[in-house]
Amino acid sequence: MAFKIIVCAKQVPDTNVIKINPKTGTLIRDGVPSILNPDDANALEEALKIKDKHPDTHITVVTMGPPQANDLLFECIAMGADEGILVSDRAVGGSDTWATSNTLDAAIKKIGEFDLILAGRQAIDGDTAQVGPQIAEKLHLPQVTYVEEFNIDDNMKDITVKRQLEDGYEIIKIQTPCMLTAIKELNTPRYMSMKGIFGEKKMTTWNAKDIEVDLNTVGLEASPTNVFRSFTPAPKGKGVILEGDTEKEVADKLLVNLKAKHVI
Amino acid sequence: MAIKILKDKCKGCTLCVKACPFDALRMEDRKAVVDEGKCTNCNACVSKCNFGAIEEAPKAEAVDLSAYKHIWVFAEQRDGKLMSVALELIGEGYRLAREISDDTQVCAVLVGDGIDNLADECFAYGADKVYLIQDPLLKNYTTDGYTKVITDAIHEYKPEIVLYGATHIGRDLAPRIAARCNTGLTADCTRLDVKVSSYIEFAKKNTTLDTSTLDPNDPSTGIKQTRPAFGGNLMATIICPKTRPQMSTVRPGVMSKREKVEGAKGEIVNVKPAITADDIRVEIVDIVKHAKEMVSLTDADIICSGGRGLGDASGFELIKKFADKVGGVVGSSRACVDAGWIDHSHQVGQTGTTVKPKIYFACGISGAIQHLAGMQTSDIIVAINKDPEAPIFEVADYGIVGDLYKVIPQIMEEWDKAEDLYEAAEKAN
Repeated sequence: MAFKIIVCAKQVPDTNVIKINPKTGTLIRDGVPSILNPDDANALEEALKIKDKHPDTHITVVTMGPPQANDLLFECIAMGADEGILVSDRAVGGSDTWATSNTLDAAIKKIGEFDLILAGRQAIDGDTAQVGPQIAEKLHLPQVTYVEEFNIDDNMKDITVKRQLEDGYEIIKIQTPCMLTAIKELNTPRYMSMKGIFGEKKMTTWNAKDIEVDLNTVGLEASPTNVFRSFTPAPKGKGVILEGDTEKEVADKLLVNLKAKHVI
Repeated sequence: MAIKILKDKCKGCTLCVKACPFDALRMEDRKAVVDEGKCTNCNACVSKCNFGAIEEAPKAEAVDLSAYKHIWVFAEQRDGKLMSVALELIGEGYRLAREISDDTQVCAVLVGDGIDNLADECFAYGADKVYLIQDPLLKNYTTDGYTKVITDAIHEYKPEIVLYGATHIGRDLAPRIAARCNTGLTADCTRLDVKVSSYIEFAKKNTTLDTSTLDPNDPSTGIKQTRPAFGGNLMATIICPKTRPQMSTVRPGVMSKREKVEGAKGEIVNVKPAITADDIRVEIVDIVKHAKEMVSLTDADIICSGGRGLGDASGFELIKKFADKVGGVVGSSRACVDAGWIDHSHQVGQTGTTVKPKIYFACGISGAIQHLAGMQTSDIIVAINKDPEAPIFEVADYGIVGDLYKVIPQIMEEWDKAEDLYEAAEKAN
């Protein structure tokens, strides 16, 4: 039986190039490219590595977002995924992580059988790292987050992973089916292939009705958390530039100032 | 919402189908399937199942928010040692509890095995109460084990707020618990408020937010959780008005510990966890601490951080010497970590560690917004950079435009003379 992998991915604005309008203090989103979330690319790459070794592996990428998130599915299939599913519906817009995981839970149940779910640890727009574990909870799956090394036995059942900690790592054994979340240390994502770019794309869009999700558990209204206010951080008052004819003079000025502030 | 069949546990015995008074269950591929249109959540099938394969429908009625009281802190310990962030959160929980009401307590939740001795440390740093949840199966952190015992305790004792450190463990655990409790969770908070007046005060001092629409006399004490988003470009304040408990993970190093009071005492509640080996579906084979020197960026008084301006990996040799001289630890920008110049454990910033030392030396760091998000609350920021236009100078208290390879050795050489230099400067004035 073919090994079935579901990869959860998200299309995100490239936060490295986001700029703030200095006059209005708002985000300038125009011209900001949308990209495959970096950690999700690592999740997909690990799935592709399994497929490299076991070519009958089937990889489905699932994402939630507006219709243009199809670009992400295109990219994932061009990298080597077998098919892509976009869940797109106004009813699921404005979802927080709880409501998002309800949506993806329903979509994954509709996809049906699977052996492994791979997701990125977190997306760079929200940085919450919550949706992966929350999907796992809804699906009653065991999970390992912050995966930096992955090995699966040839029986395609027993998985050993290295889980990153702040001050070291853990070696954890887990069995399929399970949810793993990837970090950048896991691998280096491949590029899209020419064959992939020009090949046939199996892409499907589902709405809320298609995935039979309870509408009381998705979208802005159902989300337990709401945005109360949002704002840009105030720039810290500009300090002083220390000047002098020699490095020694500047260093001395600095130390006098630090001493005066009682920090040394 | 309807009852839920756990497919992996269903053995296809059909007992539930016979038990259902509403004809809402049928068999498909030898597994029970529920017709959500017919299910009335009567739960008649739940007790009939011998395999625990049916889960009760989530209760839909509105949560009685007033039934929830007190602030819990997940007092994360590793290897029998409390994480620094646990003590920071007890301090923050103490502050928030007193703002909510005189009889609101801050409670530490200690999970592990043979960790009774940690309760005193929690009391010394301000905890009013400690919930001790101990079992040999809980010795090391597992998602399954800790989620189960903490969720059970939440259901029993109904805290109003639960705070977790945003560590690799807290960020694994909290989403699981929040999903199981069907409540909201806000990640990586850098500021918490319960009183609207405190929030206004914070916003006025630190943000561009127009506070004129907020009423300082608003009596509500729902938590207002402020966190960076979009890589620190935007701050958002998140609320959780409809469900309880309200949950947050909080970045290590952001909140302040209380002054330690030796011998402080409080109430200890021993919670008997209902946990069996079958509940834990992973096996921890090994836990390895880096043999190399521990980087404790969050506890450091002085951090010497290097950026791309070092030129290459060898630049960190100078940064290391500098840190040794001034009694600091070595930090890094993301660029250097990505370039492989230094281990990620040194990384300061939005995706690394948030720090607020007394002095932060930014050496050859341009000051990308992600980096600033992780260090701009440092007491004093000193920036050394060749490029006078570098954004780091926007947040620096003291900027030095120059070659760091010339400036840093001079600072090191003069470091021990600071006292004399200061006195000389005083006299000159």
